[in-house]
This record gives sequence, structure tokens and C-alpha cells, in this order.
Amino acid sequence: MTNLHNAAEEEQLAHFMQRIERGDKIEADDWMPEEYRLTLIRLISMHGISEIMGALPEKEWVPKAPSLNRKLGIMAKVQDEMGHGQLLLRVTEDLLLPYGKNRGDIMQDLFNGNLKFHNVFHMETKTWADAGIIGWLVDGAAIITQTNMLNASYGPYARALQRICAEEVFHAQHGESIIMALAEGTEEQKAMIQESLDRWWEALLMFFGPASKETTGSSKQDLTIKYKIRTKTNEEFRQLFFDKYIPRILSLGLRIPDPTIRFDEESKLWSYKQPDWNEFKKIIKNGGPRSHARLNLRRSSYENNAWVRDALSVKVT
Amino acid sequence: MNENETVMSQEYKDAITSLLFQLADDDFLYAYRGSEWLGLAPHIEEDVASSSISQDSMGHAAMFYKLLEDLGIGNADELAHSRPALDRKNSVLMERVNGEGYYMETPLYDWAYQVVRSYFYTQAKKIKIDSLCESSYSPLADTAVKVKMELYYHRLHWETWFKQLLSSTDVAKKKMDEAIKKVMDDFNDVFSYGNEKLLIEKSRLISSEEILRDKWKASIEPVFTALQMEVPKLSDKPTKNGRNGEHTQDLEEAIRTLSEVYKFDPIATW
Repeated sequence: MTNLHNAAEEEQLAHFMQRIERGDKIEADDWMPEEYRLTLIRLISMHGISEIMGALPEKEWVPKAPSLNRKLGIMAKVQDEMGHGQLLLRVTEDLLLPYGKNRGDIMQDLFNGNLKFHNVFHMETKTWADAGIIGWLVDGAAIITQTNMLNASYGPYARALQRICAEEVFHAQHGESIIMALAEGTEEQKAMIQESLDRWWEALLMFFGPASKETTGSSKQDLTIKYKIRTKTNEEFRQLFFDKYIPRILSLGLRIPDPTIRFDEESKLWSYKQPDWNEFKKIIKNGGPRSHARLNLRRSSYENNAWVRDALSVKVT
Repeated sequence: MNENETVMSQEYKDAITSLLFQLADDDFLYAYRGSEWLGLAPHIEEDVASSSISQDSMGHAAMFYKLLEDLGIGNADELAHSRPALDRKNSVLMERVNGEGYYMETPLYDWAYQVVRSYFYTQAKKIKIDSLCESSYSPLADTAVKVKMELYYHRLHWETWFKQLLSSTDVAKKKMDEAIKKVMDDFNDVFSYGNEKLLIEKSRLISSEEILRDKWKASIEPVFTALQMEVPKLSDKPTKNGRNGEHTQDLEEAIRTLSEVYKFDPIATW
């Protein structure tokens, strides 16, 4: 009986892998191996909650944006990010169904440290230039990794990403526009961008994750590639980021805060100073400069509003 | 009078200016208080919805400041960011904090207050905008038509919350009752034109305070009747009139935040 069961499961798995190889889209109700489901849950819940936690550092600059147009721009952007978070949590909720888990469990996982969010959103924001750098380079980095997954084997995620990536392009333009205005502005404004870039550079390199699991002890990139959720490695993403943004950064008269960085003509690769991967591990375990404060903000507002969620569960006649 | 008429009496211009500052400052502060809720709303869907409303409202403020700019009163960004509290004409209700704490730290905001303030204000804004669609100053009437389209959804949104929370748990009802009292304590100047009352009403820019106030009451009455409640009365305590520049410390702090980066260098391009 056990052998028969195993044989049936192996056949299911073989059939599933054939579908992956063929480029079929897997849908929420389709059979999938647990490893695939768990990989998706980890990836998409992390992506979703990062959009939501990512609203917090930018939100700090929403009221302070220095003109009516900038206020409108950043309000629209942060609203989009919350919308992405909502879309991705809905995708995750469907995947969680067999485990009897829901949105409340996702929030609890965030609060107890089981669900991580992107390293960049653990960082402090200090000046208006940070609002520009986040839009331009953090969203720019996200576009690189997310467009690579537009053909992801999991249909609901791929479709959510179509919309998300389209909006992220606007966000990057919004960020670039803030940076351009500063770059063409006064000496203080120019200094403000350089100081911001200096602070964000290492976090931007970390954003793509370690080159291999040897660096930090774990990496999910092999699994995501095996299941055709994505096609490129972390290091390939980072190199694409350098290709795209280093010329742009330099053209604004800014300095890359890494004197060792150079492009190798032979290998066509950038060599650069590695960020401190031990620091990265610490940050994503909620040991970053603003990790506790932001989690605390999210947690306290969640608890403070518990009465509202209770009130919503009462049916109005 | 319309924008094609080049001659505008000083009195008429003063009336428009005063009214536009009231409208612009109301929405500027309302949008700010709404945006402080970003990331902190009771659930994520609400965060998306209410941040959209705040964004629309900031857009309305920008349109009203632009009308002031077109009248030669000053640059819209400067009017929004650099006027001191004394010169502001928003209702005191719009400047009140959302609850305890500062948005940059760990505030404990009151969702009942947000719902009641937003519902009462949006309903009041709808009554004003309906009247402004017939304004004697046609650029303002044109703007009112644009605002009206978005306002339909805002009103629907807050009315849904208002009814739901007052028809649910005892905790919710108690919090809502407290919020209604708090909002009504500051509601007197919402339909006031302040010292410019005669000037504004005479200029046929908008209906009189009394007509609008009665319309507001009539418009929310069915909701209260369905909830078996009475429409709350205006406060009979002496209250500050924001239209005359009477404000609270909350406004000073709000302006400081709203203009922090702008004031870093008001001449620079941002």
C-alpha cells in the first residue's frame, strides 16, 4: 500500500515537473508538491509584507514633501505600495488554505519574527533625499528582480506582478524626478543626495541577497530557479543593477561610495566591495536600525484597532 | 462674474480670496490628518481606500490654492506651506490630532474619531460643493464640478463605516458616541465664513451659512433615523472660529511638519 502510495505521488510529482518544464501556469487549486507551495508562501508573503512595511519609511516623508505636487506624488506612491501588499497577501492567503491559516496568522508571523521583510525597510530615513533614493534605486532594484518573475510558473503571482511592475516603473520615475530636482538644485541639495546615497549603498547591494548560500548559511534562490519562479541568480540581478544605475548615478555628478568598484571588460562583470553579510543577517532577523520601531508601530496599531476588526465581524441588518 | 471679465471689484476679490482660503486650508489639513493614518488603518484594504481619499483631498486643496494663485494672491506652494497658523482659515475640526502621539513615533490613533470626523466633514463638503457648482465665480464653479465626482465615493465610504460601527459591538458604539461628541464640539466653524460672512454671502459665491447647515442636517437625518439616533446638536459652548484665524496648538505642530522640508530652502526647486 505504501509503495503504491509512493508510486502515485511520484507520478504526480513527475507530472507536475513536466508542467513546470513545459511552461504551464500552475493555479491555486492545482496539485503542487509541498516544497513548491512552501517556497511560494515564503517568497510571496515576504514580498507582500515588505510592500506593507515599506510604506512606513516613506510615509515619514508624505506630510513633509516640499511642494503640493510632491505631496500628491508620494501619497499616490505609498498608496500603490499598500495596494501591492494587499494583492500579494491575497495570493498568499490562497496558498495557505490547506494549512488552515489566514491573514491574521501572516500578521502574527510578522510580529513574532517568523516572517521577514526586505532589509532596506529596516533602515532609517533622515532627509527628503531618502524619499528620492527609495523611489529611484530601491524601487529600481525591485523592478530588476520582479520583472524577472513576470513569467513565474505560479499564475496568480505572475499576474499580480504584471500590475505591480507597471506601477513600480512610475515609482522609479517619481524617485528619479525627486533626485533630478535635487541634483540640479543648490549645493545643499546636491550634498543631500550624496549623503543619502552613501548611507543607502550597502543596503542596496544587500537587497539582492547573498551570491550563494555559503555567504549567509541559507538562500532560496536554487529552489526558485528549479521551479521556474525566476530565472536569474542574486548575483546576476546585482550585476544588472550596476549596469543600469552606475552610469546614471555618475551622470548626475554623484560618487559611488565604493572606491574599489570597477567594470572588468573581459568578464563583463563589476567587481565591488562586498557588503557586510553578517550585518545583513542581523538586519533581516529584525536587528536593523529601525526594525523594532517599525514592527512596534505595526503591532501597536494592529492591537489598537482590534475593536474595529471585531466590529466588522458583526453583520449589519 | 466670470474669468473673462477683467474688472473685478476689490470687495468681490476679497470675498473669493477668503472663501478659497477656507476651502483650501480645510482640505490641506484634512488630507494631512488622513495621511498620518498611512500604514496604521484597521486593515490593509482600508489603508488603500483611505489613502486614496487623502490623496484626492490633497488634490482638491492644490486646486483651491491654484485658484488663489490665479488671482495673484501668491504662489500655490507658498500659500500652502509658509503661512503661519494665524493666517490659516481652516475649521478647527480639521487641525485636531487623530489621537495620542506623533505620527513619526508610535501613535495611538482613534479610528472612531477618524470615521466621524471624515463622515461629518465629507457630508459638509458635499453640501458646500453642490452649492459651489452654482457659484458666481466660474473658475470656482468649474473646480467644484471636478471635486464633486470624487466626493461621491468619499461620502459613500465614510457613511458605510459610520453605519457599520454604530450597528456593531457595544465597544464600537461607545467609542463612536464619544467621537460624535468630540467632533460636534468643533463643528461650529465648519459652516461659518467668519468675519467675511456678509461679504461672501452677498457675492453669491456660495449659499448662506444657515442654508448649508440646514441642508447638512437634513442630509444626515435619514442615517441617524435608521440608527435610531438623534442628529447631534451643535455645541453651545464658546468655540474657536478657525475662519478668523483662531486655532489650537495642533495646527502649529501640523504646519511645522507639513513645511519642514519646504522651509529648509523656500527659494529652491524641489
